Amino acid sequence: MIEARSLSKRFHDKKRGEIRAVDGVSFRCAPGQIYGLLGANGAGKTTTLRILATILEPSDGTAVICGYDVVEQPENVRANVGFLSTATALYPRLTAQELVEYFGRLNGLDEVTLKKRVDEIFGRLDMNGFRDRRCDKLSTGMKQKTSIARTLVHDPPVMIFDEPTLGLDIMTARTITTFIRECRDRGKTVIFSTHIMSEVEKLCDVIGIIHDGKLLTEGTLKELRAKYGEQDLEEIFVKIVTPLQARAEA
Amino acid sequence: MARNAVGVVYRKEFTEWVRDRRTLISTVVVPLFFFPIIMVGFTALAVVLVGKAKEETPKIMILGGKDSPHVVEGLQKVKSLEIAPYRVNWKEQISDKEIRAAVEIPPGFQAALEKGEAKTVQIYYYEGEMKSSFGADRIEKFLKDYRDQVVRDRLAAKNVPTSVLTPFEIHQENVAPPEKVSGATVGGFIGYMVVLLCMTGAMYPAIELTAGEKERGTMETILSSPISRMNLVLGKFLLVLSAALATAALSVMSMGISFSALRRFNVSSGRGDAAALLLQLGPKAVASIFMMALPMAVLFSAVLMTIALFAKSHKEAQSYLTPMTFLVVIPAVASLLPGVELTPKLALIPILNTSLVCKEIMTGTYHWNSIALIFGSTCVYAGVALFLAFKTFQRESVLFRS
Repeated sequence: MIEARSLSKRFHDKKRGEIRAVDGVSFRCAPGQIYGLLGANGAGKTTTLRILATILEPSDGTAVICGYDVVEQPENVRANVGFLSTATALYPRLTAQELVEYFGRLNGLDEVTLKKRVDEIFGRLDMNGFRDRRCDKLSTGMKQKTSIARTLVHDPPVMIFDEPTLGLDIMTARTITTFIRECRDRGKTVIFSTHIMSEVEKLCDVIGIIHDGKLLTEGTLKELRAKYGEQDLEEIFVKIVTPLQARAEA
Repeated sequence: MARNAVGVVYRKEFTEWVRDRRTLISTVVVPLFFFPIIMVGFTALAVVLVGKAKEETPKIMILGGKDSPHVVEGLQKVKSLEIAPYRVNWKEQISDKEIRAAVEIPPGFQAALEKGEAKTVQIYYYEGEMKSSFGADRIEKFLKDYRDQVVRDRLAAKNVPTSVLTPFEIHQENVAPPEKVSGATVGGFIGYMVVLLCMTGAMYPAIELTAGEKERGTMETILSSPISRMNLVLGKFLLVLSAALATAALSVMSMGISFSALRRFNVSSGRGDAAALLLQLGPKAVASIFMMALPMAVLFSAVLMTIALFAKSHKEAQSYLTPMTFLVVIPAVASLLPGVELTPKLALIPILNTSLVCKEIMTGTYHWNSIALIFGSTCVYAGVALFLAFKTFQRESVLFRS
């Protein structure tokens, strides 16, 4: 379970002064559900997810993940979360197996459990052919699989994906979306951010539209269609964001 | 969460470290081969070159001296000199190294000597040119011997004993043990090299484990794991420290081997003039130097990591750390200056204090109060630097600087 409570994050920029990257964002995501955070570049998606993953600390508000507070118990939160983004790269001089084992050990798995988990994941993701190959020698698809294995090694109940398909080819992106669906089917709580409408339509149970750090609306695709009188998600998004953008530019 | 998280991080960093070719160069190849090349290679080369230059018979020119056949004849008889025929462009010939030196016998030199008048014999040479100096030295030696003979002849003519010239003898004698003499001569160099190599050993891994992580995009990956930032910093810091100490240890070991090889070379080649370079690097001195290098390595590792963390890339980190090299080299070089000795005030200046104490240790001098003060003060500086490294790792503005 993920529960964000009035999350805010302010940054200070020498030229622009104070920037509110996230501004009072609240939402809930239940186990067995995929929550999609939809927004344009710079909307505050990455910052929100980084706060949930305890990589950043909120300026105000908090979030509770699996009963742990992101401000008070960040290490417990991270032990229950698998975080994957295009920015989470791999250690080039470790092999795929060494990398996954490293994160397993950091998550406190004993050697017997670790071996079992690694064998199971490598089999499931069809990674045995390159388990002893160094990460800097892997193809993009192999790297993505290794990243997935890294997030799964400690079998976390919550998965956070920050634009996981950004810049990937169709086949590799498909591996990721299949994996996200599998996570939901296994009863995990999944949150993922994207600006690709088709991904949201295909995957998400609940959609939250974020703009300028604020969560403008949320609901199922059916609810949003009914609320805004549009069938196409892109049209719904434009309808919500355009008046705000025009106001900001004015 | 892992119980031994620091160990897990250290093991992983170590695995990556030993697989990096650049690490191998900065930590192993440089200290292991730098000293033998510098100490044995260059010293041996210098000894051989000086020896060869000394064996060569310098070609010299006599200017004037037609009315002073005695001295000219004497010069011609010196086997270690070759007399070149007179040429008007003798100055150019010296500059072009065609001849090594020239000696000018003033007109009426022999007649003046007979009358007891003092004339000046001029020697011309190429300053800074070793073979020219050897030529000038040999001319001067001949002239001094000739002058002494003239004095002896004059005293004999007046029935005065030659001992009247030296009413008493003066003799200098070294009472310091040979290792102290050699330590005082080149001991400072050892401290300087240990400081410098400790820093170079720490620099590359410090960049790799901080700015390198940011550049590769693995910083976010590791920060999303349940390890605490303190444990993460500690694991990384221990690896950087290991690299610094490995470099220092290998350099001290390499120095020991180099000096031993140098001693053997000097003994086998029978060259006593290089005896001053014979250093005794006993186990006590090696252990002491290593102990003094330990807090300094902690200081370097923590400072380098803290600074490098501000950078977004390897290149940026290198540009931040290059001025650091000067900050380290200046006090290390200051310890080499003649007359700079360990005082309570200097014992508090980081780097300079360690260089100076290494110099003293090399001479076999152990001032325990100073050693304790230096060790203690460097430990305090190192502790502060480590604390700053922890604090810097907590700062989002540094970790995610865009």
